Amino acid sequence: MASMREIRRRKDSIAGTRQITKAMKLVATVKLQKARKKAEESRPYTIFVRQVVQSILAASSELDSPWLRKGKGDRLAVIAITSNRGLAGGYNVNLVRKLTESGLPKDKVSVYAVGRKGRDALARQGYAVAGDYSEVINEPLYRDAMELGNRVLKEYGDGSLEAIYLLYTSFQNTVSHVPVLLRLLPVKEKPEKKEDEIPVPMNYEPDEETVLDRLIPAYVTNQIYGAFLESLASENGARMAAMDASTANAEEMMERLDLLYNRARQGSITQELTEIMAGAEAVQ
Amino acid sequence: MAETFHLRIVSPSRIFYEGEAEFVEMKTVEGRIGIYAGHVPTTVILDPGMLVICGGGRTRKAALHTGFAQILPDRVSIMAEIAEWPEEIDGSRAEEARIRARRNLESGEDERSLRQAEMALKKALARLETVDRLQ
Repeated sequence: MASMREIRRRKDSIAGTRQITKAMKLVATVKLQKARKKAEESRPYTIFVRQVVQSILAASSELDSPWLRKGKGDRLAVIAITSNRGLAGGYNVNLVRKLTESGLPKDKVSVYAVGRKGRDALARQGYAVAGDYSEVINEPLYRDAMELGNRVLKEYGDGSLEAIYLLYTSFQNTVSHVPVLLRLLPVKEKPEKKEDEIPVPMNYEPDEETVLDRLIPAYVTNQIYGAFLESLASENGARMAAMDASTANAEEMMERLDLLYNRARQGSITQELTEIMAGAEAVQ
Repeated sequence: MAETFHLRIVSPSRIFYEGEAEFVEMKTVEGRIGIYAGHVPTTVILDPGMLVICGGGRTRKAALHTGFAQILPDRVSIMAEIAEWPEEIDGSRAEEARIRARRNLESGEDERSLRQAEMALKKALARLETVDRLQ
Protein backbone atom coordinates (compact mmCIF):
# COMPACT_ATOMS: atom_id res chain seq x y z
CA MET A 1 0.00 0.00 0.00
CA ALA A 2 1.10 3.55 -0.75
CA SER A 3 2.50 5.44 2.17
CA MET A 4 0.63 8.26 3.88
CA ARG A 5 3.04 10.79 2.49
CA GLU A 6 2.57 9.64 -1.10
CA ILE A 7 -1.20 9.73 -0.78
CA ARG A 8 -1.15 13.15 0.76
CA ARG A 9 0.99 14.49 -2.06
CA ARG A 10 -1.43 13.07 -4.60
CA LYS A 11 -4.39 14.57 -2.76
CA ASP A 12 -2.80 18.03 -2.77
CA SER A 13 -2.17 17.79 -6.48
CA ILE A 14 -5.74 16.80 -7.25
CA ALA A 15 -7.12 19.52 -4.99
CA GLY A 16 -5.08 22.03 -7.01
CA THR A 17 -6.39 20.70 -10.30
CA ARG A 18 -9.93 20.78 -9.01
CA GLN A 19 -9.57 24.42 -8.10
CA ILE A 20 -8.36 25.26 -11.59
CA THR A 21 -11.13 23.36 -13.36
CA LYS A 22 -13.69 24.95 -11.08
CA ALA A 23 -12.42 28.44 -11.86
CA MET A 24 -12.32 27.67 -15.58
CA LYS A 25 -15.89 26.48 -15.43
CA LEU A 26 -16.99 29.72 -13.82
CA VAL A 27 -15.17 31.80 -16.42
CA ALA A 28 -16.67 29.73 -19.24
CA THR A 29 -20.15 30.18 -17.76
CA VAL A 30 -19.84 33.96 -17.75
CA LYS A 31 -18.40 34.00 -21.27
CA LEU A 32 -21.14 31.68 -22.46
CA GLN A 33 -23.83 34.02 -21.19
CA LYS A 34 -22.24 36.95 -22.98
CA ALA A 35 -21.70 35.07 -26.22
CA ARG A 36 -25.20 33.68 -26.13
CA LYS A 37 -26.76 37.09 -25.67
CA LYS A 38 -24.83 38.42 -28.64
CA ALA A 39 -25.79 35.44 -30.78
CA GLU A 40 -29.44 35.95 -29.93
CA GLU A 41 -29.30 39.68 -30.68
CA SER A 42 -27.95 39.10 -34.17
CA ARG A 43 -30.43 36.38 -35.03
CA PRO A 44 -33.36 38.62 -36.18
CA TYR A 45 -31.06 40.18 -38.77
CA THR A 46 -29.85 36.80 -40.02
CA ILE A 47 -33.38 35.46 -40.32
CA PHE A 48 -34.48 38.59 -42.11
CA VAL A 49 -31.69 38.50 -44.69
CA ARG A 50 -32.40 34.85 -45.40
CA GLN A 51 -36.10 35.60 -45.79
CA VAL A 52 -35.51 38.29 -48.36
CA VAL A 53 -33.09 36.09 -50.33
CA GLN A 54 -35.60 33.28 -50.31
CA SER A 55 -38.50 35.45 -51.34
CA ILE A 56 -36.56 36.81 -54.30
CA LEU A 57 -35.49 33.34 -55.38
CA ALA A 58 -39.03 32.06 -54.95
CA ALA A 59 -40.60 34.89 -56.89
CA SER A 60 -38.61 34.34 -60.06
CA SER A 61 -36.86 31.16 -61.05
CA GLU A 62 -35.08 32.35 -64.17
CA LEU A 63 -32.85 34.83 -62.39
CA ASP A 64 -29.28 34.78 -63.54
CA SER A 65 -26.63 35.96 -61.15
CA PRO A 66 -22.99 34.92 -60.81
CA TRP A 67 -23.75 34.05 -57.18
CA LEU A 68 -26.23 31.37 -58.21
CA ARG A 69 -23.87 29.68 -60.66
CA LYS A 70 -21.05 27.34 -59.80
CA GLY A 71 -17.74 29.20 -59.49
CA LYS A 72 -15.33 28.88 -62.37
CA GLY A 73 -12.36 27.74 -60.29
CA ASP A 74 -11.67 24.29 -58.90
CA ARG A 75 -10.77 25.09 -55.29
CA LEU A 76 -13.27 24.68 -52.49
CA ALA A 77 -12.99 27.33 -49.81
CA VAL A 78 -13.83 26.10 -46.32
CA ILE A 79 -14.11 28.67 -43.58
CA ALA A 80 -13.38 26.60 -40.48
CA ILE A 81 -14.30 28.19 -37.18
CA THR A 82 -12.71 26.57 -34.13
CA SER A 83 -11.16 27.93 -30.95
CA ASN A 84 -7.76 29.29 -30.00
CA ARG A 85 -7.67 27.44 -26.70
CA GLY A 86 -8.13 23.83 -25.85
CA LEU A 87 -9.70 22.20 -22.80
CA ALA A 88 -13.12 22.37 -24.39
CA GLY A 89 -13.93 18.68 -24.57
CA GLY A 90 -14.60 17.42 -28.07
CA TYR A 91 -15.39 20.86 -29.48
CA ASN A 92 -12.46 21.16 -31.92
CA VAL A 93 -12.08 17.45 -32.62
CA ASN A 94 -15.72 17.10 -33.66
CA LEU A 95 -15.44 19.99 -36.06
CA VAL A 96 -12.29 18.67 -37.72
CA ARG A 97 -13.88 15.25 -38.03
CA LYS A 98 -16.94 16.81 -39.66
CA LEU A 99 -14.71 18.01 -42.48
CA THR A 100 -12.62 14.83 -42.84
CA GLU A 101 -15.79 12.76 -43.00
CA SER A 102 -17.66 15.16 -45.31
CA GLY A 103 -16.30 13.60 -48.49
CA LEU A 104 -14.93 16.88 -49.82
CA PRO A 105 -11.76 15.99 -51.76
CA LYS A 106 -8.79 16.90 -49.58
CA ASP A 107 -6.57 18.13 -52.41
CA LYS A 108 -9.16 20.66 -53.59
CA VAL A 109 -10.00 22.18 -50.24
CA SER A 110 -8.46 25.48 -49.11
CA VAL A 111 -8.99 26.14 -45.45
CA TYR A 112 -9.60 29.67 -44.18
CA ALA A 113 -8.90 29.05 -40.54
CA VAL A 114 -10.53 31.00 -37.75
CA GLY A 115 -9.12 29.47 -34.58
CA ARG A 116 -5.65 28.06 -34.00
CA LYS A 117 -6.75 24.60 -32.85
CA GLY A 118 -8.58 23.82 -36.07
CA ARG A 119 -5.87 25.37 -38.19
CA ASP A 120 -3.17 23.18 -36.64
CA ALA A 121 -5.26 20.01 -36.69
CA LEU A 122 -6.28 20.46 -40.34
CA ALA A 123 -2.76 21.37 -41.43
CA ARG A 124 -1.50 18.19 -39.74
CA GLN A 125 -4.04 16.17 -41.70
CA GLY A 126 -2.70 17.59 -44.94
CA TYR A 127 -5.26 20.29 -45.77
CA ALA A 128 -3.95 23.45 -47.43
CA VAL A 129 -4.43 26.50 -45.22
CA ALA A 130 -5.03 29.56 -47.38
CA GLY A 131 -5.71 32.11 -44.69
CA ASP A 132 -5.50 32.52 -40.96
CA TYR A 133 -7.91 34.74 -39.07
CA SER A 134 -7.41 33.17 -35.64
CA GLU A 135 -7.25 36.43 -33.70
CA VAL A 136 -10.81 37.20 -34.72
CA ILE A 137 -12.57 34.51 -32.75
CA ASN A 138 -11.60 35.96 -29.35
CA GLU A 139 -13.93 38.88 -29.91
CA PRO A 140 -15.64 38.66 -33.29
CA LEU A 141 -16.78 41.94 -34.87
CA TYR A 142 -19.04 42.42 -37.85
CA ARG A 143 -16.12 44.12 -39.54
CA ASP A 144 -14.08 40.90 -39.24
CA ALA A 145 -16.81 38.91 -40.93
CA MET A 146 -16.91 41.54 -43.66
CA GLU A 147 -13.16 41.32 -44.22
CA LEU A 148 -13.16 37.54 -44.47
CA GLY A 149 -16.36 37.55 -46.52
CA ASN A 150 -15.00 40.09 -48.98
CA ARG A 151 -11.86 38.04 -49.48
CA VAL A 152 -13.66 34.79 -50.33
CA LEU A 153 -16.25 36.64 -52.42
CA LYS A 154 -13.50 38.32 -54.39
CA GLU A 155 -11.76 35.00 -55.04
CA TYR A 156 -15.11 33.52 -56.02
CA GLY A 157 -15.70 36.40 -58.41
CA ASP A 158 -12.17 36.12 -59.84
CA GLY A 159 -12.92 32.55 -60.77
CA SER A 160 -10.46 30.76 -58.50
CA LEU A 161 -13.09 29.09 -56.33
CA GLU A 162 -15.75 26.56 -57.15
CA ALA A 163 -17.74 26.86 -53.96
CA ILE A 164 -17.61 28.38 -50.50
CA TYR A 165 -18.37 26.30 -47.42
CA LEU A 166 -18.77 27.36 -43.84
CA LEU A 167 -17.70 24.93 -41.11
CA TYR A 168 -18.88 25.96 -37.67
CA THR A 169 -20.60 24.70 -34.56
CA SER A 170 -24.26 25.46 -34.27
CA PHE A 171 -25.39 26.37 -30.78
CA GLN A 172 -28.59 24.51 -29.87
CA ASN A 173 -28.54 24.98 -26.13
CA THR A 174 -26.06 24.95 -23.28
CA VAL A 175 -25.32 21.23 -23.55
CA SER A 176 -25.94 20.52 -27.22
CA HIS A 177 -23.67 21.85 -29.98
CA VAL A 178 -23.73 20.42 -33.46
CA PRO A 179 -20.90 20.76 -35.99
CA VAL A 180 -22.29 22.00 -39.32
CA LEU A 181 -20.84 22.13 -42.82
CA LEU A 182 -22.92 24.63 -44.80
CA ARG A 183 -22.53 25.59 -48.45
CA LEU A 184 -22.68 29.38 -48.75
CA LEU A 185 -22.10 29.74 -52.47
CA PRO A 186 -23.48 28.94 -54.93
CA VAL A 187 -26.69 29.64 -53.07
CA LYS A 188 -28.91 26.62 -52.95
CA GLU A 189 -31.61 27.89 -50.67
CA LYS A 190 -34.66 27.00 -52.66
CA PRO A 191 -37.52 27.47 -50.29
CA GLU A 192 -40.08 24.72 -50.23
CA LYS A 193 -43.27 25.82 -51.97
CA LYS A 194 -46.16 26.18 -49.63
CA GLU A 195 -49.43 25.43 -51.34
CA ASP A 196 -51.70 27.62 -49.29
CA GLU A 197 -49.44 30.65 -49.39
CA ILE A 198 -50.02 33.17 -52.14
CA PRO A 199 -46.78 34.99 -52.83
CA VAL A 200 -47.05 38.76 -52.57
CA PRO A 201 -46.08 40.37 -55.86
CA MET A 202 -43.03 42.38 -54.96
CA ASN A 203 -41.37 45.22 -56.84
CA TYR A 204 -37.63 45.50 -56.78
CA GLU A 205 -35.76 48.73 -57.23
CA PRO A 206 -33.69 49.14 -59.35
CA ASP A 207 -34.44 45.53 -60.41
CA GLU A 208 -34.32 42.00 -59.05
CA GLU A 209 -30.87 41.16 -60.31
CA THR A 210 -29.25 44.27 -58.87
CA VAL A 211 -30.92 43.67 -55.55
CA LEU A 212 -29.77 40.06 -55.57
CA ASP A 213 -26.23 41.03 -56.56
CA ARG A 214 -26.03 43.32 -53.56
CA LEU A 215 -27.95 41.10 -51.24
CA ILE A 216 -25.90 37.91 -51.63
CA PRO A 217 -22.63 39.43 -50.35
CA ALA A 218 -24.54 40.80 -47.37
CA TYR A 219 -26.04 37.35 -46.90
CA VAL A 220 -22.62 35.67 -46.96
CA THR A 221 -21.10 38.19 -44.54
CA ASN A 222 -24.03 37.79 -42.26
CA GLN A 223 -23.86 34.00 -42.25
CA ILE A 224 -20.16 34.21 -41.36
CA TYR A 225 -20.86 36.66 -38.56
CA GLY A 226 -23.66 34.48 -37.22
CA ALA A 227 -21.35 31.47 -37.37
CA PHE A 228 -18.69 33.36 -35.38
CA LEU A 229 -21.15 34.13 -32.64
CA GLU A 230 -22.67 30.67 -32.50
CA SER A 231 -19.27 29.01 -32.50
CA LEU A 232 -18.11 31.22 -29.65
CA ALA A 233 -21.18 30.34 -27.63
CA SER A 234 -20.67 26.65 -28.40
CA GLU A 235 -16.99 26.79 -27.47
CA ASN A 236 -17.76 28.20 -24.07
CA GLY A 237 -20.65 25.80 -23.62
CA ALA A 238 -18.37 22.87 -24.45
CA ARG A 239 -15.67 24.16 -22.14
CA MET A 240 -18.16 24.63 -19.34
CA ALA A 241 -19.41 21.06 -19.71
CA ALA A 242 -15.86 19.67 -19.93
CA MET A 243 -14.72 21.55 -16.85
CA ASP A 244 -17.83 20.55 -14.96
CA ALA A 245 -17.05 16.90 -15.70
CA SER A 246 -13.41 17.28 -14.62
CA THR A 247 -14.42 18.94 -11.38
CA ALA A 248 -16.77 16.05 -10.70
CA ASN A 249 -14.01 13.54 -11.50
CA ALA A 250 -11.58 15.32 -9.20
CA GLU A 251 -14.21 15.24 -6.49
CA GLU A 252 -14.61 11.50 -6.94
CA MET A 253 -10.88 10.87 -6.84
CA MET A 254 -10.57 12.93 -3.68
CA GLU A 255 -13.15 10.78 -1.97
CA ARG A 256 -11.34 7.61 -2.93
CA LEU A 257 -7.99 9.01 -1.83
CA ASP A 258 -9.51 10.15 1.48
CA LEU A 259 -10.52 6.58 2.14
CA LEU A 260 -7.09 5.25 1.17
CA TYR A 261 -5.41 7.87 3.30
CA ASN A 262 -7.48 7.05 6.38
CA ARG A 263 -6.82 3.37 5.91
CA ALA A 264 -3.07 4.02 5.62
CA ARG A 265 -3.19 6.20 8.73
CA GLN A 266 -5.04 3.54 10.68
CA GLY A 267 -2.58 0.91 9.44
CA SER A 268 0.40 2.92 10.56
CA ILE A 269 -1.12 3.53 14.03
CA THR A 270 -1.88 -0.17 14.43
CA GLN A 271 1.64 -1.01 13.35
CA GLU A 272 3.15 1.47 15.81
CA LEU A 273 1.01 0.06 18.63
CA THR A 274 2.05 -3.51 17.89
CA GLU A 275 5.64 -2.43 17.82
CA ILE A 276 5.39 -0.67 21.22
CA MET A 277 3.58 -3.65 22.74
CA ALA A 278 6.13 -6.06 21.35
CA GLY A 279 8.90 -3.87 22.79
CA ALA A 280 7.23 -3.69 26.21
CA GLU A 281 6.79 -7.45 26.25
CA ALA A 282 10.42 -7.98 25.43
CA VAL A 283 11.45 -5.80 28.42
CA GLN A 284 9.40 -7.83 30.91
CA MET B 1 -54.72 60.63 -37.11
CA ALA B 2 -52.79 59.26 -40.01
CA GLU B 3 -52.71 55.56 -40.65
CA THR B 4 -49.64 53.85 -39.20
CA PHE B 5 -47.51 50.90 -40.19
CA HIS B 6 -45.11 48.71 -38.30
CA LEU B 7 -41.49 49.75 -38.68
CA ARG B 8 -38.63 47.49 -37.77
CA ILE B 9 -34.97 48.35 -38.24
CA VAL B 10 -32.43 45.62 -37.56
CA SER B 11 -28.67 45.66 -37.69
CA PRO B 12 -26.33 42.72 -37.05
CA SER B 13 -25.67 43.78 -33.48
CA ARG B 14 -29.12 44.78 -32.31
CA ILE B 15 -32.75 45.55 -33.11
CA PHE B 16 -32.26 49.24 -33.79
CA TYR B 17 -35.88 50.35 -33.77
CA GLU B 18 -39.23 48.67 -33.54
CA GLY B 19 -42.57 50.43 -33.37
CA GLU B 20 -45.44 52.11 -35.18
CA ALA B 21 -44.71 54.95 -37.58
CA GLU B 22 -46.79 57.21 -39.83
CA PHE B 23 -44.09 58.10 -42.27
CA VAL B 24 -40.53 57.12 -42.98
CA GLU B 25 -38.04 58.66 -45.35
CA MET B 26 -34.85 57.02 -46.55
CA LYS B 27 -32.20 57.23 -49.20
CA THR B 28 -32.07 54.47 -51.80
CA VAL B 29 -29.64 54.03 -54.68
CA GLU B 30 -32.37 55.55 -56.88
CA GLY B 31 -32.85 58.60 -54.69
CA ARG B 32 -34.74 59.63 -51.56
CA ILE B 33 -38.13 58.05 -51.01
CA GLY B 34 -40.87 58.64 -48.48
CA ILE B 35 -43.24 55.91 -47.39
CA TYR B 36 -46.70 56.05 -45.88
CA ALA B 37 -48.87 53.11 -44.88
CA GLY B 38 -50.38 51.20 -47.79
CA HIS B 39 -47.31 51.38 -50.00
CA VAL B 40 -47.02 48.92 -52.88
CA PRO B 41 -44.75 45.94 -51.92
CA THR B 42 -41.20 46.89 -52.84
CA THR B 43 -37.66 45.89 -51.95
CA VAL B 44 -35.06 48.63 -52.31
CA ILE B 45 -31.31 48.94 -51.85
CA LEU B 46 -30.24 51.67 -49.44
CA ASP B 47 -27.43 54.10 -49.93
CA PRO B 48 -25.67 55.73 -46.97
CA GLY B 49 -28.00 58.49 -45.90
CA MET B 50 -30.29 59.94 -43.28
CA LEU B 51 -33.41 58.16 -42.21
CA VAL B 52 -36.38 60.08 -40.86
CA ILE B 53 -39.09 58.43 -38.80
CA CYS B 54 -42.32 60.28 -38.02
CA GLY B 55 -44.81 58.80 -35.62
CA GLY B 56 -46.79 59.70 -32.52
CA GLY B 57 -46.13 63.41 -33.03
CA ARG B 58 -42.40 62.90 -32.88
CA THR B 59 -39.70 62.96 -35.53
CA ARG B 60 -36.52 60.99 -35.13
CA LYS B 61 -33.47 60.92 -37.30
CA ALA B 62 -30.84 58.25 -37.78
CA ALA B 63 -27.91 57.52 -40.07
CA LEU B 64 -28.01 54.30 -42.08
CA HIS B 65 -25.07 52.88 -43.99
CA THR B 66 -25.84 50.38 -46.74
CA GLY B 67 -28.62 47.92 -46.39
CA PHE B 68 -32.00 46.92 -47.70
CA ALA B 69 -35.58 47.78 -47.01
CA GLN B 70 -38.57 45.57 -47.55
CA ILE B 71 -41.75 47.58 -47.87
CA LEU B 72 -45.17 45.97 -47.45
CA PRO B 73 -48.51 47.80 -47.08
CA ASP B 74 -48.66 47.35 -43.30
CA ARG B 75 -45.03 46.76 -42.48
CA VAL B 76 -41.61 48.13 -43.33
CA SER B 77 -38.46 46.21 -42.45
CA ILE B 78 -35.08 47.79 -42.84
CA MET B 79 -31.82 45.95 -42.48
CA ALA B 80 -28.75 48.10 -42.22
CA GLU B 81 -25.20 47.02 -41.67
CA ILE B 82 -24.67 50.06 -39.50
CA ALA B 83 -27.38 52.23 -37.95
CA GLU B 84 -26.76 55.14 -35.60
CA TRP B 85 -28.87 57.64 -33.66
CA PRO B 86 -27.66 61.27 -33.71
CA GLU B 87 -26.46 61.01 -30.11
CA GLU B 88 -24.18 58.14 -31.08
CA ILE B 89 -22.44 60.12 -33.80
CA ASP B 90 -19.32 62.13 -33.22
CA GLY B 91 -19.83 65.22 -35.39
CA SER B 92 -16.23 66.40 -35.45
CA ARG B 93 -15.00 62.94 -36.38
CA ALA B 94 -17.49 62.75 -39.23
CA GLU B 95 -16.37 66.20 -40.41
CA GLU B 96 -12.79 64.99 -40.41
CA ALA B 97 -13.76 61.87 -42.32
CA ARG B 98 -15.55 64.03 -44.89
CA ILE B 99 -12.48 66.18 -45.51
CA ARG B 100 -10.23 63.12 -45.72
CA ALA B 101 -12.58 61.33 -48.10
CA ARG B 102 -12.86 64.38 -50.34
CA ARG B 103 -9.06 64.64 -50.46
CA ASN B 104 -8.74 60.94 -51.36
CA LEU B 105 -11.37 61.37 -54.02
CA GLU B 106 -9.32 64.10 -55.68
CA SER B 107 -6.01 62.29 -55.47
CA GLY B 108 -7.26 58.72 -55.96
CA GLU B 109 -5.85 56.88 -58.95
CA ASP B 110 -7.37 53.48 -59.57
CA GLU B 111 -11.05 52.82 -59.68
CA ARG B 112 -11.04 50.85 -56.46
CA SER B 113 -9.63 53.55 -54.23
CA LEU B 114 -11.97 56.05 -55.87
CA ARG B 115 -14.95 53.88 -55.06
CA GLN B 116 -13.76 53.46 -51.51
CA ALA B 117 -13.34 57.20 -51.09
CA GLU B 118 -16.78 57.82 -52.55
CA MET B 119 -18.34 55.38 -50.10
CA ALA B 120 -16.49 56.97 -47.19
CA LEU B 121 -17.65 60.40 -48.30
CA LYS B 122 -21.26 59.22 -48.53
CA LYS B 123 -21.09 57.78 -45.03
CA ALA B 124 -19.54 60.93 -43.61
CA LEU B 125 -22.22 63.07 -45.28
CA ALA B 126 -24.97 60.81 -43.95
CA ARG B 127 -23.62 61.23 -40.43
CA LEU B 128 -23.23 64.99 -40.76
CA GLU B 129 -26.73 65.37 -42.12
CA THR B 130 -28.13 63.38 -39.23
CA VAL B 131 -26.47 65.61 -36.65
CA ASP B 132 -27.44 68.80 -38.56
CA ARG B 133 -23.90 69.87 -39.26
CA LEU B 134 -24.08 69.88 -43.00
CA GLN B 135 -23.24 73.25 -44.46
